[in-house]
Amino acid sequence: MNAKTMERTEKRLVMIGNGMAGMKAIEEILKLAPSTYDITIFGADRHPNYNRVLLSRVLAGEMAAKDITLNNEDWYRERGITLHLGKEVSEIWRGQRRVVASGGVYADYDRLVIATGSSAVILNIPGQELENVLTFRDISDCERIKEASRRFKRAAVIGGGLLGLEAAGGLVDLGMDVTVIHDQMHLMNMQLDKTAGEMLKASLEKRGIKFRLSTITTEILGDGSVGGLRFSDGSAIGCDVVIQAVGIRPNKTLAERANLYCNRGVVVNDYMQTLTDPSIYAVGECTEHRGKTYGLIAPLFEQARILAYHITGHGFKSYRGSVVSSKLKVSGVDVFSAGELKGASPEDEIYYTDRGGGVYKKLVLRDGKVSGAILFGDTNDCTRFFQMMQDEVDVRGERPALLFGNPMSGDTGHSGPASISMMAPSTVVCGCNGVTKKEIVDSIAEGGLTTRHDVTKKTKAGGSCGGCIPLIEELLVSVLGSSFMQRTKGEPICDCAELTHEEVKKEIRTSRLTTVRRAMEVMGWKGEGCGTCRPAINYYVQMTWPGEAKDDPFSRHVNERLHANIQKEGTFSVIPRIYGGAATPDELMRLAGTAKKYNVRAVKITGGQRIALLGIRKEDLRSVWGELGMKSGYAYAKALRTVKTCVGNDWCRFGTQDSMGLGITLEKILEGVLTPAKVKLSVSGCPRNCAESSIKDLGIVGIEGGWEVYIAGCAGVKARVSDLLCAVSGREEVIEIAMAYLEFYREDARYGERTSAWVKRVGLERIKKSVVDDAGERRRLKERMDECLRKRKEDPWEGPDSEEVFSAPIEITPYGGP
Amino acid sequence: MIFYRVCKITDIPVMGSRIVNLGPESAALFRLYDGSVLAIENACPHKGGPLSEGIVSGNSVICPMHNTRVDLRDGTVEGPDTGSVRTYEVKIEGEEVWIRL
Repeated sequence: MNAKTMERTEKRLVMIGNGMAGMKAIEEILKLAPSTYDITIFGADRHPNYNRVLLSRVLAGEMAAKDITLNNEDWYRERGITLHLGKEVSEIWRGQRRVVASGGVYADYDRLVIATGSSAVILNIPGQELENVLTFRDISDCERIKEASRRFKRAAVIGGGLLGLEAAGGLVDLGMDVTVIHDQMHLMNMQLDKTAGEMLKASLEKRGIKFRLSTITTEILGDGSVGGLRFSDGSAIGCDVVIQAVGIRPNKTLAERANLYCNRGVVVNDYMQTLTDPSIYAVGECTEHRGKTYGLIAPLFEQARILAYHITGHGFKSYRGSVVSSKLKVSGVDVFSAGELKGASPEDEIYYTDRGGGVYKKLVLRDGKVSGAILFGDTNDCTRFFQMMQDEVDVRGERPALLFGNPMSGDTGHSGPASISMMAPSTVVCGCNGVTKKEIVDSIAEGGLTTRHDVTKKTKAGGSCGGCIPLIEELLVSVLGSSFMQRTKGEPICDCAELTHEEVKKEIRTSRLTTVRRAMEVMGWKGEGCGTCRPAINYYVQMTWPGEAKDDPFSRHVNERLHANIQKEGTFSVIPRIYGGAATPDELMRLAGTAKKYNVRAVKITGGQRIALLGIRKEDLRSVWGELGMKSGYAYAKALRTVKTCVGNDWCRFGTQDSMGLGITLEKILEGVLTPAKVKLSVSGCPRNCAESSIKDLGIVGIEGGWEVYIAGCAGVKARVSDLLCAVSGREEVIEIAMAYLEFYREDARYGERTSAWVKRVGLERIKKSVVDDAGERRRLKERMDECLRKRKEDPWEGPDSEEVFSAPIEITPYGGP
Repeated sequence: MIFYRVCKITDIPVMGSRIVNLGPESAALFRLYDGSVLAIENACPHKGGPLSEGIVSGNSVICPMHNTRVDLRDGTVEGPDTGSVRTYEVKIEGEEVWIRL
């Protein structure tokens, strides 16, 4: 017992176990609330915490034990953590809130975390006492296996699962003759189907591994030390080393002795507290949550974060179980698996099989969503499929193309070939910031980065247009293995909170949150929020509570705060509305007059059929707007931008509809409505589509006797051709559908998400259902849009914007005052 | 380098900024959420963006041009990239803000 815990001012946190899940929890706790707890940790092992995921690399000799250490003893010391290494806890005295370890060491706790991990399952067969019967679970096992490989030649691995095969791969690399014995029909039967299992076997056989499938081991033979294995059919093989890798078993004995409820593991609730005693938490491989135990790192990290949140009083998030994925880490073999292996019926499975080329892909669907994926030989799409599973994307419309590569990566000349493994190290992945593949890979490998956000923070890649994000994610997976995909369901809004966009929106609605600051307080935000989350919350409160929520100009990007686009040398552009791209001579004269008076540096016809004045100083903005006497074109905002039109049937010999008229009407109705990201419209008078409706967020095309409505097109970084939403006969119907669609987008999309990405994520069917098929729902959406339009702010160029955002510089003269 | 009286503290919006110019020098004065006032050179080391127009978060400002994050206390770039800007000493006497230029 140290003196520090005796004269405590903080609460005492004791953790039993010093492994990856527990230490992740401690790191998260320190991040959230560095001074809440006085921390004591007991580790039975003499080794400090290390990265177990990389054990097979140590076995293969690619890394040394010290390379995979995560926290050395200095780390604990620097953070004031008391660490007892090599001390096994033998008792938990719950009445006194005390744990007792070997050597008479004890510690008292206010909160206890059990993170005792798991052990290898030992087969109940004769011969276990023989020398060189080993398991493959920790660094000591690795050392023993390596030692044995120096003295012996023949090894047998019992167990053809993930761990067994990784051990076998390592043993072959050490120059041993390896036979894998598996009691099932095919390898990795928990993760793969028969075809993939067979292809995996063929591929590993080429690497020199031998297999005995459907074979049950009944005895380890030998005299003093291992000599061979006998099987249930009476046959036998000779070997000098046996590695048992048949599974893991949660270490729950200590918890059971303390009368904490255990089943297969220590049973915990959604906040990682034990069911029996709320002051005791459990995390990692020793736990059982909703009937499931986990042995892969991603879910354990997820649990660790939930535990940290709850134990530090940020109790918003709960654990609801994980979708797990696994990737075999044997060099030269690419295997990925996640979720369900089999569909409810053959109609729910999609295959691609190329035995000659060694590629097999299978997707399992459930209710039109991806519920499982097996990839063999080509795992480039694993991130995409895993993300689809977690986001529950409706993929019915994409079935024919699903298995054929990622349409979002590499289609704009920004990102080069889609297959990252084929990419040269010097290839530029992020075109905006000029970041190469090598720089990203090095930052991941050397900087210990594990998320896309970390990579962006470190290298800038993906921080600008975002077009290369899918590639960065693939690089992360290729360097770290999919087990490092630390995503919970839906990505957190940013580093300031663990909440997803959906959770934030829900809370804003249910708790009637109307300011950014209040929302952050109620939701337990870390710090003051950042440039990512504050603008998002500012949008969500105003979208949810129109007219009532208060805009926070300092949670907006400068463009939206000053209603003008900042240019590269710090001046601004002014782009007034020119409805439907049709200007009057008066407007043009005012534009020209203002341009001359302020001596603007450039006058540019924009891509959206408008005119931009460039090079305006911040302090001149308001007088320029006054001089123009035109409305703001919102060219700077996440809002309706432009409505591009062709001249239509008034002038064009092909025109079938009045496109200019409808475009101007739509622009006048919808101007000033805030949206999650910019929204561009167009109206073409005939299917020749001169206003380019196929690449607009909402594109309308006149046809004989009616209109076609297209949605979710985009010409930006990730070009996407729009989808046909419906065809209608009347102008009024077009307007109602346009309003309902944009209201649905406003409410449902994540901040910053263009319609193209949103429709791709949620599926066209869902939008059709609410906006087209269900007339009642469409009416309700339109009514909500009407309400928002009634309550929208007046034009920002005319409005009484607060002086404070436009203040002029303070000029001071030497030795004088201001 | 001497102190100049530049404005009242309420002339700087909370989590906003004011620019102070002296000859060729341009400083950005920030008023943080906790009420403190800090001043740095008003040009991002990345591409010279006006830091005064950035979003303030904690003790940092995020450049509006390319999201470079600069620590207002010591002027160092927190990322992406490295680098630093000058910092200026600020003192507050009563309602008045003074800056040493």
